[in-house]
Amino acid sequence: MNDKPLLQLKGIGKAFPGCIANDDIDLEIAPGEIHALLGENGAGKSTLVKIIYGVLRPDQGTLCWRGDDMTIDNPASARSLGIGMVFQHFSLFESMTTLENVALALPPQDLDELRGRLETTAQDYGLTLHPDRHVYDLSMGERQRIEIVRCLLQNPSLLILDEPTSVLTPQETEVLFATLRQLASEGRSILYISHKLEEVRSLCDRATILRGGKRVDDCNPAEETAQSLAEKMIGRRVESAKGHSGTATSEVRLKVADLSVRSDEPHGTDISDVSFSVHAGEILGIAGIAGNGQTELMNALSGETGAPQAGQIEILETDASRLGPMARRQLGAVFVPEERVGQAAVSDLTLVQNSFLTSAFRLGFVSRGIINWPGVSRYTEEILDKFDVKATGTDALASSLSGGNLQKFIMGREILQGPQLLVVSQPTWGVDAGAAAAIHEKIQQMISAGAGALVISQDLDEIFALSDRIAVISQGRLSAPRPTGEVTTEEVGLLMGASGPTADTDSHVHA
Amino acid sequence: MFTLEARATQSAYASWLSPLLALALTAVTGALIFLAMGKSPGIALYIYFIEPLTSWSGLSEVAVKAGPLILIGMGLSLGFRAGVWNIGAEGQFIAGALLGSAPAVYFFDSTNPLILPCMMLLGILGGMAWAAMPALLKTRFNANEILVSLMLVYVAELLLVHLVQGPWRNPQGWGFPGTRMFPDVALLPMFFPGYRVHLGTLIAVLIPFVAWFVLTRTRFGFQIRVFGSAPLAARHAGIGSSQMVWTTLLVGGGLAGLAGVMEAASTIGQLMPKISPGYGFTAIIVAFLGRLHPVGVLLAGTVIAVTYIGGESAQISAGLPKAVTGLFQGIILFYLLAFDLLTRYRLTRVKTRGNTA
Repeated sequence: MNDKPLLQLKGIGKAFPGCIANDDIDLEIAPGEIHALLGENGAGKSTLVKIIYGVLRPDQGTLCWRGDDMTIDNPASARSLGIGMVFQHFSLFESMTTLENVALALPPQDLDELRGRLETTAQDYGLTLHPDRHVYDLSMGERQRIEIVRCLLQNPSLLILDEPTSVLTPQETEVLFATLRQLASEGRSILYISHKLEEVRSLCDRATILRGGKRVDDCNPAEETAQSLAEKMIGRRVESAKGHSGTATSEVRLKVADLSVRSDEPHGTDISDVSFSVHAGEILGIAGIAGNGQTELMNALSGETGAPQAGQIEILETDASRLGPMARRQLGAVFVPEERVGQAAVSDLTLVQNSFLTSAFRLGFVSRGIINWPGVSRYTEEILDKFDVKATGTDALASSLSGGNLQKFIMGREILQGPQLLVVSQPTWGVDAGAAAAIHEKIQQMISAGAGALVISQDLDEIFALSDRIAVISQGRLSAPRPTGEVTTEEVGLLMGASGPTADTDSHVHA
Repeated sequence: MFTLEARATQSAYASWLSPLLALALTAVTGALIFLAMGKSPGIALYIYFIEPLTSWSGLSEVAVKAGPLILIGMGLSLGFRAGVWNIGAEGQFIAGALLGSAPAVYFFDSTNPLILPCMMLLGILGGMAWAAMPALLKTRFNANEILVSLMLVYVAELLLVHLVQGPWRNPQGWGFPGTRMFPDVALLPMFFPGYRVHLGTLIAVLIPFVAWFVLTRTRFGFQIRVFGSAPLAARHAGIGSSQMVWTTLLVGGGLAGLAGVMEAASTIGQLMPKISPGYGFTAIIVAFLGRLHPVGVLLAGTVIAVTYIGGESAQISAGLPKAVTGLFQGIILFYLLAFDLLTRYRLTRVKTRGNTA
């Protein structure tokens, strides 16, 4: 290994209106090193890598590439230096094939020749790819492999990956790690952005930890424990919610029987023959990779889309299949969709107005069409107080809240309505660890008080920590729920990738 | 090269500043146009914008013209807030005038005072019926309400012409198109002798306050706001989209219809082939100039009414063409849209890249 660092950042600073995203950050990446950039949401990780990749320009500081000071004006010049990046949100055209998507990112060239290079590169790194499949047909893991191969074809010395495992099954993650280790052994460096501690410990040689825009530590993650890394990342001790309440009764809160729904999105996933029930006093967790029908299931349960047939959805033992969202709420159910801004909350309305949005009838805030605003206002104060929402007041606009605070507000708005059934998708997506623990605790309190909950989440840790029973949704089908104690992460992971294109390609590899 | 770049934050004042700036720039542009026409810009602008406000009769005329603009503009702004683009208020205005005038046409010698409330009610129903057509086609077949409502304007205009030249023509009218004059009991009472301000004007001024109450205090008003700014959130809260399309179109149509019958039953006193100087279209400008806000609509309706009256007096005393009124209204809208764009985007210079660099 060379002693000269490949990339060196000195005193990088970047401010946006109202926030300092990066404050005097130093970072060094050696050739052949897998370097983790660790931090919570909003710690400044994305800003920093955007600076490295030339998407943003730093306000202060210098950037050294192979020992020379550089300014990177745009992604094209970053690529010509040998920096490749795989974004968290893929930039692929769904209606084009794998090969066409790769060709688009490269200088014009002969497609057949490119196909050859693509196949060789993919093979060299153990990445299964089908050049002629359309992207909309592919699993998230396969889409990510396209992005990686696309970068590798440009022969980068530094590969940046932003939260690459958030869309992968545990098995796909192992394949990715093997590829990354192989790349590192060839002398390529990898900057690996994540907030998942175990991954960083098993994969990375060094870790730079960011908190609130500042570099707080630089360590060898293998020598740390997950707990110590978490404390560095969060800045205090965190107690994670543990323990399944295990007090399920025979009382059924939600019963879904043979539910099939056609997606109303062009490339959405249809739900087929989904059946399950949620009892009082239990949490049923539904795991799955994004885009496997979670949104469609959620919207069908809340009554927003789909037209189920009579008898397919029962809420508190009443047939709710043909009822609208408000009527279902009247039965005692509340719903928290994955999309916070624009669906669960309206960003240009105040918190009081947002409280009213779903609590209008359950809490009797309307009489003869006229709204009891003082009452809604008191309810909003209660939400802010009991769910520790940081806001300038009840009249703050929803858009002024951070993602975590908005989620706490929305959860509070629903839970304080005293529901018998909570249906929630991604309860802690993008929420910092402290707030996530608080939200988990509130859900469990609600369950202890006799409610039932359905939690849909892509975060396996969350599913295992919260659920009494676990089911997996894949390609719009739901596996049979099993008690948490009787399933392993690996089994769930296999189910997550089941019956999709990934499963059969992987079986080819192993066969 | 310039490009538009979305602003991260919008100034809270900009939304109210842009109509004021638009009006100021309209005056400047107007002055330049008058100059080009060889008129003294100072005098022309005075005649146009100030003179109507300097006499009781001028003020009364402004109020009379502002009435229908405020009524229609208020109804439209409820729909626009919900993202329902009713462009055919002119047709709903005429339909309201038609149906509302029917009692006065058929009972032309009536002395029963109940005829007036009956006409008002029918006027509202007429406007609603006309607006129900785009609502039905939109909710049933997803037909674009902009096109449907707009095309129905011409249907309403032709229906009006047909009636006043045919079945409803005044038999003692020497063959001129037009109905009989309405009986006295079918006319809205006027308040001051010599001035044309009438009961309808008063109703028009009160409507924005009712709308303000509805928007801020009722569930219906809340639904309109949510549906317009976040359709998915509206769906999440169980606000049905067909319900919103129906209610906002019916309210808008009803108010336009009311404005129509009140116009027929006041200043005109009969139906003629042309009963509106484009109120239904001008009210779209009123709604946007007034920021879709009740108080704003009240003010904007008054300002636009001044351009009508000023245009009339400019014709008489300065010999300016009638087209100047439409020109001014167009310029106001042009500047307003330009300023609105700039409150949401900023103009930035981009470096030209590639071969030329």
